[in-house]
Amino acid sequence: MADTLVWLVALPLTGAVATLLLPRQANMIAIGSAVATAVTAGVLVHAVSAQGALHYAIGGWHAGLGIALRADGLSALLLLMTALVMLAATTYAGAYFSSAGQRRQLWPLWLLLWTSLNALLLAGDLFNLYVTLELLGLSAVALACLGGKTAAIRAALRYLLVGLLGSMMFLAGVSLIYAGYGTLDMAMLTAAVGPGPVAWTALALMTAGLLLKAALFPLHFWLPPAHASAPAPVSAVLSALVVKAAFYLVLRLWLEVFAAVITPAAASLLGALGAGAVLWGSWQALQAERLKLLAAYSTVAQLGYLFLFFPLLQALPPGPARDLAAGGLVILALTHGLAKAGLFLAIGVIQQRAGHDTIRELGGTAQQLPATTFAIALAGVALIGLPPSGAFLGKWQLLAGAVTTGQWLWLVITVIGSLLAAAYIFRVLGHAFGHQPYPGRPVTVAREEWPALLLAASAAVLLGLAGLPVWGLMEIRL
Amino acid sequence: MNWNTWLPVLVVASSLLPGLIIFFLREGSHRLRTVLNMAGAVLKLALVGQLIWGVFHEQVYESRWTLAPGLDLVLHADTLSVLFVALSTVLWLVTTVYAIGYLENSPHRSRFFGFFSLCVSATVGLALAGNLFTFVIFYELLTLATYPLVAHRGTPEAMRGARIYLTYTLGGGMLLLIGTVWLHVLAGPAVFVEGGTLHRLPEQYHPQLKMIFLLLIAGLGVKAALVPLHGWLPQAMVAPAPVSALLHAVAVVKAGAFGIVRVVYDVYGVNFTDQLGLLGILGVVAAVTIIYGSVRALYQDNLKKRLAWSTVSQVSYIALGTAILGPVGTVGGIVHLVHQGIMKITLFFTAGNYAETLGIHKVSEMNGVGRRMPATTLAFTVAALGMIGIPPVAGFVSKWYLGLGALEAGMAAWVMPVLLASSVLNAAYFLPILHRAWFRDPAPAWPAEHLPAARLETHAALLWPPVVTATLALAAGLLAAAPYSPLEWASLIAQREYGL
Amino acid sequence: MLTAQWLYGLAGCLVTGIGLGNALLGSSLLKRVLAINVMGAGVFMMLIAVAYRGPDLAPDPVPHALVLTGIVVAVSATALALALARRLDREQDDG
Repeated sequence: MADTLVWLVALPLTGAVATLLLPRQANMIAIGSAVATAVTAGVLVHAVSAQGALHYAIGGWHAGLGIALRADGLSALLLLMTALVMLAATTYAGAYFSSAGQRRQLWPLWLLLWTSLNALLLAGDLFNLYVTLELLGLSAVALACLGGKTAAIRAALRYLLVGLLGSMMFLAGVSLIYAGYGTLDMAMLTAAVGPGPVAWTALALMTAGLLLKAALFPLHFWLPPAHASAPAPVSAVLSALVVKAAFYLVLRLWLEVFAAVITPAAASLLGALGAGAVLWGSWQALQAERLKLLAAYSTVAQLGYLFLFFPLLQALPPGPARDLAAGGLVILALTHGLAKAGLFLAIGVIQQRAGHDTIRELGGTAQQLPATTFAIALAGVALIGLPPSGAFLGKWQLLAGAVTTGQWLWLVITVIGSLLAAAYIFRVLGHAFGHQPYPGRPVTVAREEWPALLLAASAAVLLGLAGLPVWGLMEIRL
Repeated sequence: MNWNTWLPVLVVASSLLPGLIIFFLREGSHRLRTVLNMAGAVLKLALVGQLIWGVFHEQVYESRWTLAPGLDLVLHADTLSVLFVALSTVLWLVTTVYAIGYLENSPHRSRFFGFFSLCVSATVGLALAGNLFTFVIFYELLTLATYPLVAHRGTPEAMRGARIYLTYTLGGGMLLLIGTVWLHVLAGPAVFVEGGTLHRLPEQYHPQLKMIFLLLIAGLGVKAALVPLHGWLPQAMVAPAPVSALLHAVAVVKAGAFGIVRVVYDVYGVNFTDQLGLLGILGVVAAVTIIYGSVRALYQDNLKKRLAWSTVSQVSYIALGTAILGPVGTVGGIVHLVHQGIMKITLFFTAGNYAETLGIHKVSEMNGVGRRMPATTLAFTVAALGMIGIPPVAGFVSKWYLGLGALEAGMAAWVMPVLLASSVLNAAYFLPILHRAWFRDPAPAWPAEHLPAARLETHAALLWPPVVTATLALAAGLLAAAPYSPLEWASLIAQREYGL
Repeated sequence: MLTAQWLYGLAGCLVTGIGLGNALLGSSLLKRVLAINVMGAGVFMMLIAVAYRGPDLAPDPVPHALVLTGIVVAVSATALALALARRLDREQDDG
């Protein structure tokens, strides 16, 4: 069963190479790889829940010299989310990019992005992490400037430079760690790292680099232009997955590798930055004139919620309360991934139909695409954090953690953020109530509307009602 | 999986599923839509009938689904939930008929009836909620389902009203959520148990429990239109009449009031609430709302706005009944939940009839309308008399029990003046309307006669619902002592609450 | 010698700092790209310093592997950045 770990990396990689070599069958190869990888991710989740954490040493070389892949509950859940989002986005991208030339450029990069995401989620040591982080950044930048618009290229260039800066800082931190502890394997480091100047500096460097990539306020400046100018399926993947990967790394570092080094002050700093992200991102989203810009700023805000969990996790002693909060964090991240991807795909449908995505002029298009409008509504419910979405359960845990640890500020921030989110979501939905008559034909869902609808429905309903296994899986640790 | 576990779920599903299907129907599928709606309503009625019988015989109906560790979605039927479910079901049936007539040939009917059914499903789910967590979930779902109904017409006024509605209800929802989370952290899941569970907590938690109570009541008070959180209600009048009828008689406002009843009786326990000194605060807020709402109603010329302010005032009788310690006061408050629902929906139906048939929106335009639309105006008269508290209409019964309960609880000194003043004010703003309608000569022409006088004074689907509900209001008062009447059921609830 | 290792490592930190400073404050795009490359060079110097294990042992291969990977990444990323910059320049000249 540990073979699934290798398959998860090999399948999209093979697909990427195959689409490069066989451009005429590229569409089919892409969909095929997508389905295969998604199925494998499902198998992995099942295997992890049945057998516990999985390890695989590539080539038989073990930790220290070799590349070790590992999967615990957290990585399995994120891998599944990645697979579902990529599967839906792949289906949509095939329809969105109409010209064969564009598709020839798209598919290899697309599948490489998926490979790097999977590899990052499965990496067991810091070296691997660095490599996959780079791969992720490069393929994301290349995808972001697909389509060739000047605004997109400018934003992609800024994204590239910021990403490089972050990677260099990360690498500097890695070198310090190696200097101090002589190993890069995360499991061994968790046991070895203790408080000291080496650990603090390394943590600061690595976190700074990752926060740049995760677009946490105030280092978020590159995200709105990049995500708003990229083609819709690419924006979906960037917002839902790529920034999440950087966040995942911060989570791993802070909760595992450097757990002994984290102080309440440091955790509160992250929390404060998260609070800033929630308020600033939501406020900007409320002012946005374009749908994609609104969605991009919404990502900035939603990532802030994830960082609000840090001071709570630090303050709660290990035990059931902490596990509840950690599970809440993960379900919030999963819901956001699905909902944000669904939102971007829906925006893509609208943009292609109407030729623009200006919010004020949406009325007629929203009426003609009831299924897509409904998808936006569902995604919106999940982004606000209303029941029955998974985000409601996540926010509940955030509020409960704040009350338990007496850190009321985060509770206030969460409430204000949710109300602001409601404001900007309903501002968009308000335009769906127009004077145009309801379609004379029954409500049909066009092929390109299904991915958005399914993603949004899973976020808004499925994860909320069937979310209990998340906590069960989170208990499986390495 | 036995029947007892499935019944609560089916009660919710009987309106949820038709609603979801209706969204996909073509605009012209009039018959299919009607069939789905009516089938769902009748099915729900049958299921609720069984629920009533079962709960009376102390059967346990409970469905449970775990959403997260320690957080269970629970649907549980007890005497109080059955009361509210029955009210919702009967009034939904009647309102559906009315809505079919009212919205004939207007656009977006599939969307309307879809959200209409979702709204009822949320209300029923809220009524059957077995713990505070479940209640909060359905409370928010209710907000989501009612927003499209308020915004239905799509005009700038409608959107503005809907925006105000959303601001108030989402804000209230947040307050309710904070209170629920805090309570959960303190005392675990707040399961609804007759007599409450919180009195068992140690003394040191009392200050926190007081804060939590205030948060919960504030959150619930937005929907229940307690002053000063009532601002959304008059603004929401831009909605079509069936929506106003449903919102004001059954769904939203009652959900808030129902929530207050639940928190006081089944979470805190009425004696414990009194011990914490919170019952007094609730009573004061209720009294202020009763008077303020009635005073504002006096100055409204727009008929629906006058009725809206009347709702603000009347729903607080339920809160007042809750604030009166003792079984008699409890009975008064709870039975008014039903009585006010029936009477208010009648008033809104008739207001809608006046608007649709003759273009009448203002009280000043209602001169002589009794001659042109006698059945409608008779229904209006019965309901208005009930609101004032004149026997034998149902409103009299509720006020009687409230007054009696206040006497028994030793609170007569301030409750009786409030009740009297409110009745006088009600008379002041209803009696002139009745006088105009019956005894004044009509103006030369009605503002906009849409339906000329034919065999029936207006469309059949618009005429029968108010007649039926007015008859129910009369019956609830006349036959209050009969078994299975709302009064008898409310007495049963009070018995089980106080452990008599 | 160990002092040489410390000197080399500190020099690497210094170079990294210079690169970081210019990357953040650089006035032109080309300057920033170059600054990031300089920063990379500084980090590589730090890694090479870490790899030194004394006069008797061969240097540690793991940091060397990191350096090689880093160089490859830096070159590819710089190439991409320059290509994008040139594309932008061309668009601005045309438009």
